[in-house]
Amino acid sequence: MESKPPNQDTSAGWFEQKENIRRVLLGLFAGCALLIGIDVAYWISGYDKHPYFKWETWPGFYAVYGFVACVVLVLASKLVLRPLVMRDEQYYDSRKKGGHDV
Amino acid sequence: MMFEGLPPAAIYLLGALLVSLLRGRARQVVALAVPVAAFINFFLITEGVHWTLPFLDFELILGRADRWSLIFLNIFTILSFIGILYVIKDNRAIDLAAGLLYAGSAMGVIMAGDLITLFLFWEMLTLGAVLCILARGTPESGKAAYRYLMVHVFGGVVLLAGLFIHLANGGSVAFDQIELAGLGAWLIFLGFGINCAWPVLGAWLTDTYPEASFGGVVFMATYTTKTAVYVLARCFPGESTLIWIGLAMATIPLFYAAIANDLRRILAYCLINQVGFMVISVGLGTELSLNGTAAHAYCHLLYKALLFMAIGSVIYRTGKSKATELGGLYRSMPWTCLFCCIGAISISFPFFCGFVSKSIIMSSAASAGQSAVWLALLFASAGVFLQAGLRVPFFAFFSHDAGIRCEEAPRNQLLAMGITAILCVVIGTFPQAFLYKMLPNPEATYQPYTVAHVTDQYALLFFSALAFVLLIRSGLHPAEIRSTNLDTDWVYRRGGRVIYAFFDILLNGLNRVAKAAFVDTFIKRLSRFLQHGPARLLVMIQYPFWSLSGLEGEALKDKRADFYEQTRLGAFPIGLTAFLAVLLLAILFIF
Repeated sequence: MESKPPNQDTSAGWFEQKENIRRVLLGLFAGCALLIGIDVAYWISGYDKHPYFKWETWPGFYAVYGFVACVVLVLASKLVLRPLVMRDEQYYDSRKKGGHDV
Repeated sequence: MMFEGLPPAAIYLLGALLVSLLRGRARQVVALAVPVAAFINFFLITEGVHWTLPFLDFELILGRADRWSLIFLNIFTILSFIGILYVIKDNRAIDLAAGLLYAGSAMGVIMAGDLITLFLFWEMLTLGAVLCILARGTPESGKAAYRYLMVHVFGGVVLLAGLFIHLANGGSVAFDQIELAGLGAWLIFLGFGINCAWPVLGAWLTDTYPEASFGGVVFMATYTTKTAVYVLARCFPGESTLIWIGLAMATIPLFYAAIANDLRRILAYCLINQVGFMVISVGLGTELSLNGTAAHAYCHLLYKALLFMAIGSVIYRTGKSKATELGGLYRSMPWTCLFCCIGAISISFPFFCGFVSKSIIMSSAASAGQSAVWLALLFASAGVFLQAGLRVPFFAFFSHDAGIRCEEAPRNQLLAMGITAILCVVIGTFPQAFLYKMLPNPEATYQPYTVAHVTDQYALLFFSALAFVLLIRSGLHPAEIRSTNLDTDWVYRRGGRVIYAFFDILLNGLNRVAKAAFVDTFIKRLSRFLQHGPARLLVMIQYPFWSLSGLEGEALKDKRADFYEQTRLGAFPIGLTAFLAVLLLAILFIF
C-alpha cells in the first residue's frame, strides 16, 4: 500500500453522495426507533431490568437522557463557554505587550 | 530459588540507553526487543516483594508484585510494544529512547514498594514526556516542552515537600494507604493530582498533548495520568474528596472539547473525562469500584492509544490535525479511518472494551447510592461519545472533502493500530476471559452483559448520535473555528505577563518616586547645604566679631560677601589655612 501513489480522484466519494448519506441517516433513525420500541416492550411486558434507580425503568429514559445531554452539552459550550474563553488563535504567540511567553 | 525476572524498569532503561547509542537496523531491533523481553519477563514475576536495595537508612523496594501492580504492568508492557512499533519506521533515536524511558519510569512507579522509589521514577516520567514533546521538533513544541517541564517540576516539588513532611512527622515510607490528614498527606495528594490532571491543576495536559510528536503522544496518553490514577488508588482509596474531583474531571472538559478545533486537543479533553471516571471509582473505594478503576485504566489505555495513533497517522501523512483543515480522508486512508472508528466505538459500545470497564464504575456508583454521581456519569458517557467518538472521526475522515489526497499510513503504524483494535474487540466481547481475571479484587464479580444493559446503552449512544446529526444538519452545532480557548494554563502563559506588568508599574513607579525624592531633590539640597552651609555658619560666627570691631554699613557687607565666597570655595589665605590645620592637629593631639 505504500508503493501506490496517492489517490488523485476528486469525484464525489461514497460518503459524499446524497443517496448514501440518506441511507446512513435512515439506518440511524431506524435504529433509534427500534431501540425505543424495545424499551417500550420491556415496559409493557414488565420485564425486570434489575434497575438501580426507578427512572431506569421509564420507557425511553436512556434515549431521552442521551439526546438531551448532547444537545445541552453542545449548546452550552457554544452559547456560554465559547463567548467567555475564545480568543484569537495566536493569542499566546503575540508579543505586542512585551515580555517573554513560553 | 526460582528466577523472579528482572525489574521491568531496568530492562527499559537499559534499552533506552542502548537505542540512543546504536544506529540503523540494530537500533530498531533492540527497540522492539525491549518490550518483547519485558513481556516474557512479566510472566516470570511472581506475587511478592522482589529486588530490594539498601539506601541510607531505608530499603528501596523495586518490585512489589500484587494484583494491583501486575494488571497495570501488563497493560503498560503491551502498550510500550504498540507505541514502539508505531514509531519504529522513522528510526529516530529520540522517539525510541523517549518511549522506552517513559515506559520504564512508569513501570518503576507501578512496581515501587516505597515512597522514595516512587518519587525517583515519578520524576523520570517527566523526562520521558518532555522528550516526547521535543521529538516533534517545531518551535511550538519546544515551548510546550518547557511549559510541561515547569508544571511537572512544580508538581514534583510539591510531592517531595509532602514526602519530607510526611516522613518527618513519623509517617511510614511504605507506598501504601495514607490517611488524608495533615500538610504532608495533602501535599502528596496534590502532587499526585497535578499528574492526574485535576481541575485547575490539569491544564498542562490539553495545552501540551496537541504539541507532542505524532507518536510521542501515544506514550504520554498512556503513562502519566494512569500512573497517577494507580498511586491514588494505592494511597487514597475511598477518599470521598476524589468523587467530587473526578466528577468535575468527567464533565467540565467535555464543554471545552465541544469548542476545540485541534483533534488531538479534543482527545486530550476526553482523556481527562475518562480519567475522571477512574478518579471517582477510587473515591468510592468499594471492592467493585476499585476493580472498575483498574479495568477502566486497562481498556481506556487501549482505545485512547488507538484514537491518538489514528490521528497521529493523519498528522504523519498530512501534517494537519485541525478540524478546520481536515475532512474526507476516508478515501485516502481507509484503514486508518476504520481503526479510528473502532477506537471511537470502543469508548462505550457493547462488545468493545470501554463498555465492560465503564459499566463497572457506573454500577458501583449506583450500588453506593450515589444517584447524582450516576446521572453525571451518564451525561459524561453520552458526551464523551459525542466528542471523541463522533466528532473526531467525522471531522478527520468524513465531513466535507478538504481535498487532501495522501498515502495510507505506513505498514508499521497500521499494524500497531490493528493489534490495538483487535485487543479492544476481544476484551470487550470476552471480558471474563482474561481482563476480569486480572482485577485487584477477584471476589467482587461483575456481569456487564445483560439484555437490558446492552439495549439501554445502545439507546443512549444512538440518541447521542441522533442529537449530533440533527445539530449538524440544523446548523446549531458550533462551527469549527480556529481559536485559542482560555483555560487555567493562562496563569503561567499569560499570567506571567500580568505579573510582569504589575511589577513593571509597581517597581518602576517606586523607582520614579525614589528618583524624584532622592536624586532630584535630596541630593541637590544636600550638595547645596554642603557648599553653602559651612560658609553661612562661619559667617554667622564671624558676624558679631566684625560688628564689634567697628565695621559698619557697606564695609561690613563687603567683608561678609568676601568671607562667604572664600569659605564656600575653601580659598582661605595660606596663613589662615595653616592656622586652622595646626588648630585641628592640636585638637587631635589633646584628645
